[in-house]
Formats: sequence, C-alpha cells, structure tokens
Amino acid sequence: MPVSRNFDELPRIATREGYGSTLVELGKEDKNVVALDADLAAATKTCMFAKEFPDRHINCGIAEANMAGIAAGLAASGKIPFMSTFAMFVSGRAYEQIRSSIGYPGLNVKIGATHAGISVGEDGATHQCNEDIALMRSIPGMAVINPSDNIEAIAAVRAAYAYKGPVYMRFGRLAVPVFNDREDYQFELGKGIVLREGKDLTIFATGLCVVESIYAAEMLAADGIDAELINIHTIKPLDDALVAASAAKTGRVFTVEEHSVIGGLGAAVCETLSEKCPTRVTRIGMNDVFGESGPALELLHKYGLDAEGIYKKIKAAL
Amino acid sequence: MDILELKKTAHKVREGIVTSIFSAKAGHPGGSLSAADLFTYLYFEELNIDPKNPKKEDRDRFVLSKGHTAPGLYAALAYRGFFPVEDLDTLRHTGSYLQGHPDMKCVPGVDMSTGSLGQGLSTAVGMALAAKMDAKDYRVYALCGDGEIQEGQIWEAAMFAGHRKLDNLVVIIDHNKLQIDGRVEDVCSPYPIDKKFQAFHFHTITIDGHNFEEIAAAFQEAKETKGMPTAIIANTVKGRGVSFMEDAAEWHGKAPKEEEFKVAMEDLRKAGETLCQ
Repeated sequence: MPVSRNFDELPRIATREGYGSTLVELGKEDKNVVALDADLAAATKTCMFAKEFPDRHINCGIAEANMAGIAAGLAASGKIPFMSTFAMFVSGRAYEQIRSSIGYPGLNVKIGATHAGISVGEDGATHQCNEDIALMRSIPGMAVINPSDNIEAIAAVRAAYAYKGPVYMRFGRLAVPVFNDREDYQFELGKGIVLREGKDLTIFATGLCVVESIYAAEMLAADGIDAELINIHTIKPLDDALVAASAAKTGRVFTVEEHSVIGGLGAAVCETLSEKCPTRVTRIGMNDVFGESGPALELLHKYGLDAEGIYKKIKAAL
Repeated sequence: MDILELKKTAHKVREGIVTSIFSAKAGHPGGSLSAADLFTYLYFEELNIDPKNPKKEDRDRFVLSKGHTAPGLYAALAYRGFFPVEDLDTLRHTGSYLQGHPDMKCVPGVDMSTGSLGQGLSTAVGMALAAKMDAKDYRVYALCGDGEIQEGQIWEAAMFAGHRKLDNLVVIIDHNKLQIDGRVEDVCSPYPIDKKFQAFHFHTITIDGHNFEEIAAAFQEAKETKGMPTAIIANTVKGRGVSFMEDAAEWHGKAPKEEEFKVAMEDLRKAGETLCQ
C-alpha cells in the first residue's frame, strides 16, 4: 500500500479456479466436505473435486432447487456441502430453497456461485446475474463474499469452510489479474482491506471491480484527486466500522460493483452510512438494466465498469 | 404391535390436533387428521428414535414435507415424550417453540424445517444420501401431500432418489384427495400417482392409510425392497375423525370456532369410548 503495479504483467486467473482447487484441498483435510453440482461441474470447477473424490461429488443434474434441498439434508446429517452452479441459477432459481431449507434452519451449506455478473460475456443477459448479492444478503444469517482475485478466492473458500452457517461465495468466469499476491495480504471474513489511503474521496469496490478501481484511483491521482480505495470482499457482514470511518474521513463515497446498483454493495454501504455517518454516495454498477452478449472486457467497458468508466463516472460526479 | 393401543394413541393425537388448532385459532386440521394414523404408526412403531436423545446420531429421520400439518407431528411427538403435551396448546402463539410450520432449531424431534411445499422431500433425499455415503443403516421417511406433489421439485427429488437407488428412503403420500381450492383432480391432477413414482424407479405400495395392519405391512415391504426407494400411497380421508371436517376442502386450513370445537371433541369422545369398550 499504496498499490501501484502494472497489471498487464500479472497472471490472470478466474476466481472459480481458486474455488475448485481449494475445494480439493479441503476435501483432503476433511472427509465430511462434499461437493454438489447441477450439470456444470466443468464450468464451476467442482470437476476438480469430482476427479479426486468421485464418491463425494454429487451431480444433481439440471435441478437446482433439488440440489439446494439435498445440500440441506446433507448438512443436517453432518456433511459440509459446497454446492455450485451459475450465480443466476442458484441465487435466482433456488432462492426460496436456499432461504427456507438452508437459511431458516441455519444449516452449514456453502454456496459456490460462479459466472456472476456481466463478465460472463457472450452468453448474454439470461446468464449474467447482477442480482445475486441483493437476493442472498437479504436472507438472515447468510454471509456473502465476493472475492477480487484468485488469491482472495482461495482465502474466501477457507474462510467459508471455517464459518459455521450458510455462506454465499461469488466467483467469476473471466480470468482477472492476480493482484493480492503479496506478503501482507490477509483475509478476514467481514473485514475490508484498505488498498490505498486517500483524503478526497473513498471508493468501496468488490469483486473484479477492485482491480479496475486501483487503476481508476491512479488516474484520479494523476488529476490531483487523492482517492482512498477499500476492497470489500465480504458484503455481509459488512465492515460497518471501516465503511463509516473512511466516509467520515473523506466525506465523499463511491461504490463499484459488477452487480445491480439496487441491493448490492452500493445499497449495503448506503444502509450503513445513512445510519452511522450520512455521506453522499454515488453507486457505480449495473444501472437497473439487463446485460447483453459480447466479449467480457467489451461489456465491462460498455457498462462503465472498467477503470476508464469508473474514472469518468467519479470525475463527472465530483 | 398392539393395534388397539395404536388406535388409542391415534385418538389422542387427533384430540391434540383439534385442541391445539382451536387454541391457536388458526392451523390446518384436515391434513393433520388425515395423517394422524401415519404419524402415530411412525412415532410409536416404525422409527428408531429416542425421545430422551432427539439428536441421536443413527436415529431414523422423518421429514414432514407437508409442513402445514405440523399439529399432527407435534401431537405425535408430544405423546411420544419429546416435549410436554400441555405445550401443544401454545401452538402458533407468539414466543412458542411450536411454530406454525416445523422448526428444527427449536422443536425436539423435528429433523428438518419445512413449510414451503415441495422442499422437504429433497432434504430427506439428502439425508438418505448421507446415510449411504457413510454406510449407516438409518432410514429416512418423508410425508408429502397429494396436492404437494404438484410441485415440480418433488419430481426433481424423485428422479434423483430413483437414479441413486436410495432404498433407505420411504416417501409416504397422504392421499386425501383434497387441497385448499378443492379436489386435487379438479385443481390440477397429478394422477396416477403410483405410475409416476414407478416411472422414476420407485417401488410403490398403495394402502388404506387408516389401517394399521396395512401401514405396518407397507413399511415392512419398504424395508425389504432393495435397490430402489419406496413410495407408499396412503389412501386417507381428509379431516378423519371429525364428522364435519371429513372430506371437506374448507377444513384444509382453518380453526374450529367454539361451537364447532365442542362438536369435534364430542365426535372424538364418542370414538374414544368405542375404543375403550
């Protein structure tokens, strides 16, 4: 800190990779860890677990609601199920099963949702879930984690395993720069990470928008604007103290997420600040619209969620 | 198995259903009463359970997928000794652990929280799968409504259970032929039920769900059935035991008023006297 690196030189890995590989590690450490999938094991990366532990990988077929129920039953019987499919199909299709069969009884089910956000790319709006954070954080007792790179994804999976209760983990399809590969990196569930200290404004970013926001903050710095940047990997429980403290310090807040501006990180930050430290907030995200087909990077640019888009929105709002 | 004793117990369970719903001023008597004999047989004969140790590791599991008939489950649990019978009168009261639909977090003996139709069977399938994975010999029972099986998730669960050959799973269909809006066949027919489960690779048995000998024989046959799960289609009468509630859809989900309660208890009292002769 402050972070300033050429990200073009960093390796790019999709966060779903870290999910798959860590699941295998956990499987070796704990025989009660089981994985469930709904015919997307190759895409969600639970295929890695299936290869290592074929008897503990449960392919439920294309039946997400049933998968959620089976996970609940397994958890009620002492297993630690990690269930996976695309974010849209788990948080949307199986919402009520997650709410009532997993959330209400507080069962120890981990949801590994991949292919979140518009960076799904070519598959288009039906597969681009920009509503999952809103849906999942509305369930009492559900933790929601949205890692920003593969290092953080690995840490998030371990934190989810250690946490007793339901957890929703949001992973991406797109390979993104691995920027957390540094000695002082530490992941703590529910704690934000200050990536850059500043005095003029605060950017709270989550998921792949964190690395884009690092660039955006550097562009702002070149204009003489000193932005504080905080990585909010855990949207629930939100790091209220850090959010309020940074807002109090800079007096101007921006949130950045590959998710609808309704109900996601922006909304969570607004909820906290309106009670603890009323501050003007500009939410940057999917502006109450559906996505569309296209290469992921082009879509992130079109919807203003790359560094340039974030920079422009912040400049325009100041 | 002492059939007269089971009948007497089922009679008490029915009284518990009617009095608790009357006390709650809300609830679902019809489907609780239709399943009262099934609840009784399960908790007093079939299930390997211990009221003193409700979370016993290798206990048999029961999932009330038709969770709105919680009064029947609660009455059976109470008379079996899981919690005080007097507590039945706190059903649906603010602060009571006897929630309108079963809550596994706070009701001793409840293995899964249910209430949203179609969800319970999947959780029972998960429990049966866990037993298979751990090579445990406990069995899992799920009770579904015949209206409930209109839910698509039931058939997702059935497909999986048949595919995985979960012969430690028994699905019981309380086939009382009525749902809130009327006769099941008129609202949206799921018939024939047995052939649908057979198509999903279930062994099926059709019985009179008020006849303990047939109930006992069906559960025994289920135990002896290997390589496939069993579905027991139990023909029942909704509201069984209370004259004006029998086969009447309007008694799906409302509590009796004072006068109706008196008639209901008189019906049950007479039936009880017959049993004691």
